[in-house]
Amino acid sequence: MDMVRSEKLIFEYEKRDEEGNVTGMNRAVDGVDIQIAPGDFVAILGHNGSGKSTLAKHMNAILIPTGGTMWVNGRDTKDPAELWNVRQSAGMVFQNPDNQIIGTVVEEDVGFGPENLGVPTEEIWKRVEDSLKSVGMLEYRTNSPNKLSGGQKQRVAIAGVIAMEPECIVLDEPTAMLDPNGRKEVIRTIQELRRRKKVTVILITHYMEEVIDADQVYVMDSGHIVMHGTPKEIFSQVEELKKYRLDVPQVTMLAEELRKRGLKLPKGILRTQELVEALCQLN
Amino acid sequence: MSIKLEHINYIYSPGTAYEKQALKDVSLEITQGEFVGIIGHTGSGKSTLIQHFNGLMKATDGVLYYEGKNIYDSGYNMKELRNQVGLVFQYPEHQLFEVDVLSDVCFGPKNQGLPPEECEKRAKEALELVGFPEKYYKQSPFELSGGQKRRAAIAGVLAMRPKVLVLDEPTAGLDPRGRDEILDQVEYLHKNTNMTVILVSHSMEDIARYVDRIIVMNHGEKMLDDIPKRVFAHYKELEEVGLAAPQVTYIMHALKALGLDVHTDATTVEEAAEEIMRSLHD
Amino acid sequence: MIRDITIGQYYPAKSVIHRLDPRVKIVCTLLFLISLFLQSSILGYVIATAFLGGVICMSRVPFKYIVKGLKPIIMLLLITVLFNLFLTREGNELVHVWIFRITDKGLNVAVYMAIRLTYLIMGSSIMTFTTTPNSLTDGIEKLLHPLNKIRVPVHEVAMIMSIALRFIPILLEETDKIMKAQIARGADLESGNIIQKAKAMIPILVPLFVSAFRRANDLAMAMEARCYRGGDGRTKMKPLVYQGRDRMAYAATLIYVVLVFCIGRYVPFHLWIF
Repeated sequence: MDMVRSEKLIFEYEKRDEEGNVTGMNRAVDGVDIQIAPGDFVAILGHNGSGKSTLAKHMNAILIPTGGTMWVNGRDTKDPAELWNVRQSAGMVFQNPDNQIIGTVVEEDVGFGPENLGVPTEEIWKRVEDSLKSVGMLEYRTNSPNKLSGGQKQRVAIAGVIAMEPECIVLDEPTAMLDPNGRKEVIRTIQELRRRKKVTVILITHYMEEVIDADQVYVMDSGHIVMHGTPKEIFSQVEELKKYRLDVPQVTMLAEELRKRGLKLPKGILRTQELVEALCQLN
Repeated sequence: MSIKLEHINYIYSPGTAYEKQALKDVSLEITQGEFVGIIGHTGSGKSTLIQHFNGLMKATDGVLYYEGKNIYDSGYNMKELRNQVGLVFQYPEHQLFEVDVLSDVCFGPKNQGLPPEECEKRAKEALELVGFPEKYYKQSPFELSGGQKRRAAIAGVLAMRPKVLVLDEPTAGLDPRGRDEILDQVEYLHKNTNMTVILVSHSMEDIARYVDRIIVMNHGEKMLDDIPKRVFAHYKELEEVGLAAPQVTYIMHALKALGLDVHTDATTVEEAAEEIMRSLHD
Repeated sequence: MIRDITIGQYYPAKSVIHRLDPRVKIVCTLLFLISLFLQSSILGYVIATAFLGGVICMSRVPFKYIVKGLKPIIMLLLITVLFNLFLTREGNELVHVWIFRITDKGLNVAVYMAIRLTYLIMGSSIMTFTTTPNSLTDGIEKLLHPLNKIRVPVHEVAMIMSIALRFIPILLEETDKIMKAQIARGADLESGNIIQKAKAMIPILVPLFVSAFRRANDLAMAMEARCYRGGDGRTKMKPLVYQGRDRMAYAATLIYVVLVFCIGRYVPFHLWIF
């Protein structure tokens, strides 16, 4: 069974003028079909306003489709009886690290999810400790979140989701507001988690460097899925990506420039090492 | 015509448990018309530094000269300094407050005491400079897209016609195209006015393409201050303090290590491509 | 500047006081505050000082930090003292300059008021310094639980309080940032009369409200995403159970209160300062 699957997913909302009258409908997500297998690392790319965050919010039943269907772990997100199961199985990490931490102490925040699920006290403590350990934040357990760096706050947010023991974690631009160090910290944490817990990870981002390890990549533009494939397949289409207001890593860009200048390099080079090796073979 | 810092120190909450030295003996000079990048990771003191440029923060110790005058002298006109050194904060769209974009951009000139027609003239000029579409002038700033909001906010500072424009992380949170658009616009500004532009960023890749000079801040100290090529030559040291040179620097070094005869000082993709082609043809 | 306000903030440390049940701290703080106002003998204040001093010592919160918390109320303190000093008509006249008259009674009342207010702030800040806002609201929630029967939404109110407490430092920092940004655009926040000053606040208040609403919206979404659905069926990570030390604390506070009252009533040691 698929971890996340959508079929002809549509999300519309009303456009209003200044007086609040409805002037039309906006389609943020328009006929999206996706299919994500358990244990996969999937990236959804797109520029700001492409509909990628709206799509992500469907995976956690924060938004309910106005057309089509979204299934999470086989559960229809439209079904009110399944709401809490959906939210438990697909945990969500948001963009702004400050606006998703509820607790005033790190460990209390991580315990918030399990508390809501009605997990017994001793079990909560076990889970809190375990999840803080898995994001490397255990030594900060009694700190105030306000004193942490952006990357650390996002790791706490991730721990808060893990403590709910989801099968799938959806990260909605978790690095957009971080500096390069924070970004690396978060990406490393996600990779570590995948290795240890085998959860499905869905990463929404517009930073290309973060998706080179993904199993599959979806690219969105104006509510549609416009590209789908492995990172190699996606990044070999530099011009196409630029059309969707996206970028490629500098290595890929350099390889492309060299190809334009007549060098016979393979398409879709993603890592420094790959480029260096390819060049050496030419020489 | 310059901003000159001499042995600037700044200490947060002195005498308390939270005492922290944010700037340590920083001396530097930025002359009119330069395009300077300031790089450092969070907490390196770069934001504290730029708030000294327009007198928002006062050094605990040291002197800052603007156009030869010590700004800490009693009777120095701080307001005039702030008119001349425009500071655009991180996420500047968070300070928009007026009913429409044009009135918001007029806020700065209005505070300068200019008559309404002049304010509007300058506001329109500023909006044009940042490439803000005219059809949105009368729209509420809260209804704009992220990129447009940011432009409107930058125009809000430009409308004061500063001689120096300081931008703190102007691309934070924007997507790749939005980032390029804003930076291109800033470059255009620099080319077409004689404005000094100081760009604060933590992305080497962004800065390498645009600026003539890079100042690297680390733990409140000025670590490096040179042209980009020479700054990135220190890529190992940069890495030690949590910064990284652009990816191309690493590629060039890796190629050189494998025996390819390339110069390692390319900072942009184009330069690197040329250099590799040259070395392969030799 | 704004960051200097320490009132209502948690001071992390490992002390007996930190470990006490929040209910104990709330009830005992209330008892202490009442004790300040229901007596006015020197001996009583000596005991109150000893009690407060003992608690501060045990809490391991630096004394300097607690004193800093008094800063915002200095004006209030001063006004209260001056009013009491000059407006008390009863008692024997000590000084009389022009229209100002200071009586011994007035002086006494002024000194007592100053001590009371200072101790009041210190007492309640010891509670907030040693109790995380979350456990504080937990304590309030549990103490007020009986009100649930008359349909007071106790859990919701407690949750609102705890969130407000978490966001106060964030919003203060944000205010600081917005103020700086508008000053950089030439905003003048200092000069002018009251109406001009109020108008000058608009460029700060509007962005602040917009941001607060955005944060509220984000937070609500994050809470829902983490399966928050009100107080029903919720378990506690840190359930409140009275320990031995909590009973001891109750006992100590009770002894203190009784002592203070008895001295006020029965010990004929009713000494005026002057």
